[in-house]
Amino acid sequence: MIDAPAIRTRELAKRYGSITALAGLTMTIPRGDIFGFLGPNGAGKTTAVKLLLGLTPPSSGDAEVLGASIGDRDALRRVGYLPELFRYQSWLSAREVLAVHCELAGIDRTAWQREIADALAIIGLTDRGSGRVGTFSKGMQQRLGLGVALLGAPDLVVLDEPTSALDPVGRHDVREIIRGLGERGTTVFLNSHLLSEVEQVCHRVAIVDRGRVVAEGTLDELLGGDTVRIRASGLDRSGQTALSRFGQLDDEGEWLVIRGIDTERVPELVAEIVRLGGRVYAVEPRHESLEDRFLRLLGQPN
Amino acid sequence: MLALTIARLQLQELLRRRLFLVLLLLTLVVIALTTWGFSRIPSLGDGRGRVMTTTEIAAIASQLLILVMFMFSFVLAFSAVFAASPAISSEVESGITLAVLARPITRLEYVVGKWLGLVATVLIYAVPAAAVQMVLVEIAVGYSAPHPVEFLGFVIGEAVVILTLSLILSTRFAGMVGGVSGLILWGLAWMGGIVGGVGLVFDNATLTHVGTASKLILPTDGLWRGAVWSLEPASLIAAARAAGAAAAANPFFAADPPPLAYVGWCIIWIIGMLALAVWSFTRKEL
Repeated sequence: MIDAPAIRTRELAKRYGSITALAGLTMTIPRGDIFGFLGPNGAGKTTAVKLLLGLTPPSSGDAEVLGASIGDRDALRRVGYLPELFRYQSWLSAREVLAVHCELAGIDRTAWQREIADALAIIGLTDRGSGRVGTFSKGMQQRLGLGVALLGAPDLVVLDEPTSALDPVGRHDVREIIRGLGERGTTVFLNSHLLSEVEQVCHRVAIVDRGRVVAEGTLDELLGGDTVRIRASGLDRSGQTALSRFGQLDDEGEWLVIRGIDTERVPELVAEIVRLGGRVYAVEPRHESLEDRFLRLLGQPN
Repeated sequence: MLALTIARLQLQELLRRRLFLVLLLLTLVVIALTTWGFSRIPSLGDGRGRVMTTTEIAAIASQLLILVMFMFSFVLAFSAVFAASPAISSEVESGITLAVLARPITRLEYVVGKWLGLVATVLIYAVPAAAVQMVLVEIAVGYSAPHPVEFLGFVIGEAVVILTLSLILSTRFAGMVGGVSGLILWGLAWMGGIVGGVGLVFDNATLTHVGTASKLILPTDGLWRGAVWSLEPASLIAAARAAGAAAAANPFFAADPPPLAYVGWCIIWIIGMLALAVWSFTRKEL
């Protein structure tokens, strides 16, 4: 099943009594993608991850991970997972935690030493390998969790809020690790509410809100070009309609907002406004960030 | 095989905890003090100006040994409850189960592994502690328990019963809830045994049935009676038999070993409860 997508879900849903945690998730993540799963707190991101890893059964729908149905042992052997909220056994050393996971993942015993040394080097904990996990800061525990997820060069790495406890340097390191995974062809499923992080590393993004995917696609598809704000007067309704050939037009009173416009066409747009009898006082071209798009999709004021 | 990985981790955790070290040190202190006490038994006759007979020494030593071993079994049951009741719940709370169960391991393997680790800890503590105590008593006063292997079997069985019950509670409740509930149930079963004995003394069918039911529902007291029996010399059993049914209510006396069918029931009980723990945890939403 090498050709099967890394993850495929069909109407995957989870309900806890009357509460719907995830309402019909349908998506396909091809192999090798760095996929960002974005959403506000409580949107159903962690529930989706737990369903995919067989940690909780779906209420309806189904899913395949690495071509196998969820919970399949062979597939799980090729998956690395960093949970969102966790503390590893405080009485074990970092090296022992990694060894336990080598054993649980079914990695050949002769490879453990190298796997553990590599993982410690990648997460920058080589010097603290013998230290008790109980003495680690939250950030170090999160780094260790990432190391655990990377053991055995898995085909799919699922990271649930991997940088929530990290400082800016740590976040930068994690982004580099994720990029490195992408270069090796590993599929990464990145659960996050840190938009800039997702924007910097992900190829494709799904935005989930209240248990539903509200947008999905590549970043280019989602952001769909730039935005320009123009402060102008003297344009009547028909004049404004004529401008809609440049992009999606929003009349915000004093300002006109044109979304999805190619910045190369901004001079042409201004000339058109003047030709239609309008007077231009200010032009503010700007790149729509994922945050703008995210807030717009969630119906929040920007 | 992954169950053994979990079992090894569970054992390692308990052995590395300070609790185990404290338990071990206190046990050594208790063994030293009781051995000294036992060594003083022959001198009890000094006040009456005559030498104690071997039968008298055996009678006193066996009774004292039963009391010491009751404390031992209580500590063992208590420790087993407090080791088992957070065994799963604490890992659910800390998120360790998320990281572990996302690996190719079934929940059956996880729960059975936890159980094996706990049983191994009980064995590592109980076998040497009880053996050393019995050997030292023999050296001190020359009294050897008539059935030492059976004693170990019964007292370890009692601990395994209560830890299995605590493990079921651990699949659903926080450690403190499981710990307190486990101990209350253990105490209730002990009282149930006494009630059953009182029923026998007064020939009251209802009370006898209560005792029998409690021995079947939670077989800790039934197994404790087996442990008591295995420590008693034949002379004491004969004397108590002569006293008739009156001895039945004494929680520190047993005229007969538990029937083989009862031992079989205890094994079925443990397997059944372990299956219940697996079922309960398999249905738990993580």
